[in-house]
Amino acid sequence: MTPGQIALRALIVGFIIAFAVITGFAYTTLLERKLLARLQARIGPNRAGYIPIPRRGGGKERKLLAGFMQPAADAVKLFFKEDPQPTMVDSWVYNLAPMLAVIPAVVILAVIPWAGKINIFGAVFEPYFAIAPGLNVAVMFFLAITSIGVYGVALAGWASNSKYAVLGGIRASAQMISYELALGMSVLVPIMIADSMDLGVIVEAQRGGWFIFLQPLAAFVFFVGALAELQRAPFDLLEAEQELSAGYTVEYAGMRFGMFFLAEYMKMISFSALTAVFFLGGYRGPFVDQVPALGFVYIILKIFILLCVMIWVRASLPRLRYDQLMSFGWKVLLPISVLNFLLTAIFIVLAQEGFLF
Amino acid sequence: MFGEIVKGLYTTLKHLFQPPVTVQYPEIKRPVRNRFKGRHELKRYENGLEKCIGCALCAAACPADAIFVEASENSDEKRFSPGERYASTYEINMMRCIFCGYCEDACPTQAIVLEKSYELSFYDRASAIYTKEMLIVDVPVNGRSTPQVVEPGIFNRAIPEMEDPK
Repeated sequence: MTPGQIALRALIVGFIIAFAVITGFAYTTLLERKLLARLQARIGPNRAGYIPIPRRGGGKERKLLAGFMQPAADAVKLFFKEDPQPTMVDSWVYNLAPMLAVIPAVVILAVIPWAGKINIFGAVFEPYFAIAPGLNVAVMFFLAITSIGVYGVALAGWASNSKYAVLGGIRASAQMISYELALGMSVLVPIMIADSMDLGVIVEAQRGGWFIFLQPLAAFVFFVGALAELQRAPFDLLEAEQELSAGYTVEYAGMRFGMFFLAEYMKMISFSALTAVFFLGGYRGPFVDQVPALGFVYIILKIFILLCVMIWVRASLPRLRYDQLMSFGWKVLLPISVLNFLLTAIFIVLAQEGFLF
Repeated sequence: MFGEIVKGLYTTLKHLFQPPVTVQYPEIKRPVRNRFKGRHELKRYENGLEKCIGCALCAAACPADAIFVEASENSDEKRFSPGERYASTYEINMMRCIFCGYCEDACPTQAIVLEKSYELSFYDRASAIYTKEMLIVDVPVNGRSTPQVVEPGIFNRAIPEMEDPK
């Protein structure tokens, strides 16, 4: 293919995936509210929209999927809300920050493989189905882009001219920088085993068995690091309601606040996808070699399960104190991941030199 | 530390498989307790006469000054209640009422009773004032509506013979 064709195809695929994930974001918010409610013995939103199922004999109709239009109602509410801008804010940065938060969240999607080599209506996607397939520095790309995400948060806190927002922004930057190290260290393990930074190669390397069975410690560190990176409970102290009202989003309203929300949930989806790719075999599953389209089903299923685990953790664990967060990151997670990394490296060298087996 | 985390996760997971405790309020209403003090009602005797005699003891007892009573004279041609007088105006301001039940205690004829209704919401302050027509109960099956035309000499006594407390 010519570079022009590749670019056009990436544009079309990117358009489709971005919109699919934005829809996914909307329903992730609903999933979170519903599942969180059930974990707390509540019902959750069930008023906006339902599928009526008439009862035989003219009884009262049953309501199926009650509340499935809740994301639409939320979106309408956010769009029509007044969007006031506080006085004395740094207007330019204040308006830029939500975009800086959303753009990295969307851009991470570029490297995620959604299915193996697949033929869709005559168009062959190889080596795998992604917006940018075969990117040989995909892991570096993902680490770099997630680090950029902290700019949106930090600038939003700084530009809002509010002490709560500043504290939230500072906490966010400190937290993301601390946990980035452990996250990067745990990502190195699948890279070493697969001997590539290409996410498709990492997925194919898990043919024999998922890396979570081979490297449960690295998977754990990655998941905890991802939770901290996403600023989700129990590491959500940069938007701790009791201390900071809402952290860096406190001065934002309407769709500008919605953009931070969008960024957070889209990053949740992409980090779930990346956890699936690194440790849960990505799009691989039974019969995926015969029917490549099953890859979409498998990775979406894995993303769904990981999202449920994140919500489950949020429902269960209390928020860490700030010094606990820092000491957990630097004194527990980082040494564990470094040791794990070193041991893995030693074993790989020993295996290559033929001292093992 | 990990033991506690697992225990916490197990606790929330247990709730996932239990039915939610939420009561879907407008559709399903939880019954109130026996001694619940809700909206007032003005009661009637079995023949349809109003129990309220317009003595305004409830208004005097009311700590929130929510009740306004105006009494008028009864006659045997136009009889609302036994005895000399009846309440021609009876208003309770539901925004002032604190539902303490002192009016119920003060009433010599057990005319005002705090019943079970608790859905008292309104869009403007004027509709917070509940008039006598809104408060009084329906005429019983065997009774007649007020004002009644009655034979003279029967309903001279305003306060009925009270039963001993049980």
